[in-house]
Amino acid sequence: MVESLFSNADALFLARVQFAFTVAFHIIFPAFTIGIASYLAVLEGLYLKTRNPVYQKLLRYWLKIFAVAFGMGVVSGIVMSYQFGTNWAVFSDKAGPVIGPLMGYEVLTAFFLEAGFLGVMLFGMNRVGEKLHFFATLMVAVGTAISAFWILSVNSWMQTPAGYAMNDVGQFVVEDWFAVVFNPSFPYRLAHMLLAAYLTTAFVVGGVAAWHLLKERSNAAARKMFSMAMWMAILVAPLQVFVGDLHGLNTQEHQPAKVAAMEGHFKSETQAPLYLFGMPNMETAEVDYAIKVPGLASLILKHDVNAEVTGLDAFPREDWPPVPVVFWAFRIMVGLGLLMVVIGIWAGVQRARGKLYESSWLHKSALLMAPSGFIAVIAGWIVTEVGRQPWVIQGLLRTEDAASPIAAEGVGGSLLAFIIVYFFVFGAGTFYILRKMAANPEQVHIPDYAKPKPVGMAAERLMHEED
Amino acid sequence: MDYALIWAILISVAVFAYVALDGFDLGVAMLFPWFKKEQERDIMMNTVAPVWDGNETWLVLGGGGLLAVFPLAYAVLMPALYMPVIAMLLGLIFRGVAFEYRFKTKRGKAVWDWSFIIGSFVAAMSQGIMLGAMLQGISVVDRAYAGGWFDWLTWFTVFCGFAVVVGYLLLGATWLVMKTEGSLQQRAYSLAYKAGVGLFACIVFVSLFLPWQDAYIYERWFTFPTSIGLWVLPVLLVVLTIGLLNSLTKKQQGRPYLWSLGLFLIAYSGFAVSIFPYLVPREITLWEAAAPDNSLVFLLVGAAVLLPIIFAYTGYTYWVFRGKVRADSGYHD
Repeated sequence: MVESLFSNADALFLARVQFAFTVAFHIIFPAFTIGIASYLAVLEGLYLKTRNPVYQKLLRYWLKIFAVAFGMGVVSGIVMSYQFGTNWAVFSDKAGPVIGPLMGYEVLTAFFLEAGFLGVMLFGMNRVGEKLHFFATLMVAVGTAISAFWILSVNSWMQTPAGYAMNDVGQFVVEDWFAVVFNPSFPYRLAHMLLAAYLTTAFVVGGVAAWHLLKERSNAAARKMFSMAMWMAILVAPLQVFVGDLHGLNTQEHQPAKVAAMEGHFKSETQAPLYLFGMPNMETAEVDYAIKVPGLASLILKHDVNAEVTGLDAFPREDWPPVPVVFWAFRIMVGLGLLMVVIGIWAGVQRARGKLYESSWLHKSALLMAPSGFIAVIAGWIVTEVGRQPWVIQGLLRTEDAASPIAAEGVGGSLLAFIIVYFFVFGAGTFYILRKMAANPEQVHIPDYAKPKPVGMAAERLMHEED
Repeated sequence: MDYALIWAILISVAVFAYVALDGFDLGVAMLFPWFKKEQERDIMMNTVAPVWDGNETWLVLGGGGLLAVFPLAYAVLMPALYMPVIAMLLGLIFRGVAFEYRFKTKRGKAVWDWSFIIGSFVAAMSQGIMLGAMLQGISVVDRAYAGGWFDWLTWFTVFCGFAVVVGYLLLGATWLVMKTEGSLQQRAYSLAYKAGVGLFACIVFVSLFLPWQDAYIYERWFTFPTSIGLWVLPVLLVVLTIGLLNSLTKKQQGRPYLWSLGLFLIAYSGFAVSIFPYLVPREITLWEAAAPDNSLVFLLVGAAVLLPIIFAYTGYTYWVFRGKVRADSGYHD
């Protein structure tokens, strides 16, 4: 059955679809858990400092959501650590000496830290006392950020390789580890991704808060969440636009073909237009149905209306990325980013007018924007990954030369299995998370931790009993 | 210094840590069918809920470590073991999410019980099959896997899969002996006894079959007097099995798990002795597969500093959650 479905398909294409699918699914969870782990640490820190019970309610509320999301992140992440070998064996052999140790460091410095303290964080409240519990929460949050550090270093090295040489069996070997880890695009990509994770979480928190405010404006826990989320929106969304611009300029310097695809610039020209919308046409190398602002791309990319902007015509045809995908994903990401800025400013104005919790239009918009971070993150990854094509390591190793010697039936069959399993398993998880989010944060039950039980007696309720 | 050899030892330690730790939590899941009551299953799951994630991280270290220090072996083994690897990953997904999902639903509880059981079974079976496939040999041409699609599937590899399932059942049962009490513990004793006898039989069978089947392995074990030192392993196998069964009969609490670990260590050493110095048996040695020295050293520095720290806080977690788990110690809501 599987064979007849896939026998004519191209194994390479299927391997790419499989990687794209599994990594896109996976990235949703870290994007959420990186932000939420930090949010939990902030909530717990504020609770210990102020003893305001609303922080404790929110801590327990989001802890449960975090537990489910983290579990999904772990299992979809284990898949990633084996996908390199199953589907991209040639890449693994050649690039393993460079990227492998970085991923090894990710496991040693981040994954163990998160996993080790997660148990204490989720189940250990009455076994270790408040301070140690807070320490465990901090370690989990730090672990998620360290994990982002290493994996983005790996990805950035594939975008802007540095510090390497080749050996006689065709492997990349390292000449300078510092240059490898801190390769030219890494600081920008790391900052951009971490901010994206924090924004994603802020908008989820804001959306959940808005949902409960729409039901009951006086809900104190929902008000606190909404206020915190909107502070993040007004501060971090504009910062993200700024960092994103820097990241774009860095890409312009190191991967000009990617930027040309993002902008739909087939021709190198002075006074290059900024295409707001249009249909990039790879056949004719034109943007059809274009709505454009003349000279604006030159101004943005070169800070000079008359400067020449490099187009795809500067590169051989076989080195062009698929322009329409990159062009559109970029517009989705930027559009959502700008909407986030708008929400942040709008909330700021309402806060100044003392109407932050009364404006139901703001709440409805925030609810609508709840998933915007996830969509923007995936769109952003499509921009950067598809924009690097046809290379897997920019300029050095083509994607088509990196795959495993696995027949189309095998890759297709496993792809089908991943799709079915992911939709079933992660669909169920999303359902459970949404159900948790629908629960009223004001009614979170706080177990009595006042008298820590003697350690060694395992018979205590560690999480609470209701639900 | 022979960094490749040091790394081969370190990766072996990581894989053994994985087997020793995730083995018991996969085993606990596979024991579910013998424990039908919801309350018993809650207790069983709660004995592993705070630690399973850390246990599985050793598997990520195994995969990531192989990519980092033996990229060629990783690049050959993964395509060669493609189907069992994918099956293992899917199995681990189903069992991993069950920890959280199971407590989030009443109607769906049975679904996630089965997801926990079958996912764990598939993962354990796949791991055994991979082990068997490595013992059986893997064909390589020009730095790439050159065998067929179903080379990994023979009655021998399936038997190895079965052996690993039995072994994990033993680890799971002895873990439950340590972490539970009452009737649950009593049944765990009797299941552990059966699994212990079963595992002994499986190891004996594989140990007799392989040298008879494979000249290389025969030579490794039967070249006297150089092989004489290796014969401490079968002797230890018998001693440890007797120790385990004895300890179960005496109803000791924590010892049976340790005896079982010893049994695993012996089997694992036997496996290592039989394939050494190959990583891809009979094709690629650990030195051929190794990344350049500077990659090995770069990660070794980190591992030397970080592994002791990891052992320390992992140990701390187990310490925090030590003691018996009882019916009312639900970690979940």
